[in-house]
Amino acid sequence: MELTKDEESALKGEQGEVLQMAYRILVATGKATDAEKLIPIEWAHLSGVNYNTIGDAGEEFLSHISTNARVKIKTTLNPMGFDIDNVSDYGLDDNFISKQLSISKSYTTMGVIPSFSCIPYEIFDIPKEGTQVSFAESNAAIHVNSFDNLKTNKESAFSALASAITGKSPYSSLRKDDSPNITIRMKVNNPNELTYGMLGFFAGKVGNNSVNLSGVGEMDKRSCKALCGGMGTSGTCGKFLFGDGDSSCEKIDFDRKEMNKIYDELNTAEKGDLITLGSPQLGLDEISDLTNKLKGRSFKKRCMIFCPRIVKEQAKKIGYFNKLEQAGCEILADCCTCLTPLINKNNIDSVTTNSIKGAYYLKNSNGVDVNLKSLSEIIQDETK
Amino acid sequence: MKKILVQGRTQGIILKTQKPINFLGTVDKKTGIISDKNHELFDKSIKDKILVFPNGVGSSVGAYTIYSIKSNNVAPLAMICQKADLTVATGCALANIPLVILTNEEFSSLKNGQKILLDTESSNLITLL
Repeated sequence: MELTKDEESALKGEQGEVLQMAYRILVATGKATDAEKLIPIEWAHLSGVNYNTIGDAGEEFLSHISTNARVKIKTTLNPMGFDIDNVSDYGLDDNFISKQLSISKSYTTMGVIPSFSCIPYEIFDIPKEGTQVSFAESNAAIHVNSFDNLKTNKESAFSALASAITGKSPYSSLRKDDSPNITIRMKVNNPNELTYGMLGFFAGKVGNNSVNLSGVGEMDKRSCKALCGGMGTSGTCGKFLFGDGDSSCEKIDFDRKEMNKIYDELNTAEKGDLITLGSPQLGLDEISDLTNKLKGRSFKKRCMIFCPRIVKEQAKKIGYFNKLEQAGCEILADCCTCLTPLINKNNIDSVTTNSIKGAYYLKNSNGVDVNLKSLSEIIQDETK
Repeated sequence: MKKILVQGRTQGIILKTQKPINFLGTVDKKTGIISDKNHELFDKSIKDKILVFPNGVGSSVGAYTIYSIKSNNVAPLAMICQKADLTVATGCALANIPLVILTNEEFSSLKNGQKILLDTESSNLITLL
């Protein structure tokens, strides 16, 4: 990869430790993806916020670099481990809370917007078509590439951080060329968001950088998010293109048999002790839709709902928040189902969710069993 | 295509899998043990091994897991992949864990349990010991 004189000087350490680290990361990223040069980007979205995922080493690293590092471009942030409004209800230990607050402080010191959301594409304005951005958080990278006409690779927590600090990213992979070599033909009828989550999970397993998807009709926002969340979990793939693709593309069917394989891999319980909704976090449309669907019914067991803080505030103003609380929901801002420390195998055996991404991490990381159901099945079976 | 992403010299025993690894949530940060029951390496520790696997998948936060296992002294001595991915590349770059990408043929020739010397400065990148 060719570097300018200024970039070379930063890599040598002549502009300080932080920029040297950032350029080291960018050079490794560039080498990994065969980039020729670095290009400017306009927005970075960072992952690596939840203390449950980055641990003491991550907390210390961020605290160290935040004394000097400052972001150069608009930079937004993934969810953390809890909602400060109701954290006392969940029995988290003081160490977790103080380490989490330290992580949060390090990011804000660096100039990052504390959005604590994995759906930046729903709560921030989308820049003009073709804008180069740098998104870690796999579902968000896939979503902005596939549905919002932006360009990003499926960044890592560190490559996005390095891009935030330098305002640059290697020009490679999906930033340059998104042509897929594979077309997935959707063969499952009457899909719901759970089906789309499994389709995404399948696509991530068979695809490389990008995939064509044929045979899908109009998808609602919930299904689009499920598709992106599923794909981000299982693979390296960063973009869907809709259509048959050209004739050279290998064709693979996603049929009921493939779907059942994934269902059997991720569904490990007949029923859940509690329900979680929101991985990716729910937007205002989904909160509104859920309130309408409930029509005064209430949940028979605990139901945790995860959303961005701005959505929680809007839901309060409009009145959804009260209705959902009356229906037995616990509404949590700033955090997510994914790797939440609020669900613990010591007191929960199994969780019902409609999220494939949530299911994967609940099972592998939180160690709880998962019962997969679509939202409509959840409302039918779990409310009265 | 053969590529050296993070330089270094180390020797050790190969722990190899044909399955990609999602570092976030499936590799224990404190012990380096794989917790995914569906993975070939379930219950195995990657500590002080030469970890040979096709590529990283899944969460972008896996890069922090790689940094954490290094800080906790439970990281592999080196990683060898078939395909470069950003999570593993940047995690290894920050943690200074040697990382190389091999051709399919070279990747296939490596076997579980072999003792090798990996030296990114040498003309023989990998020597069987």
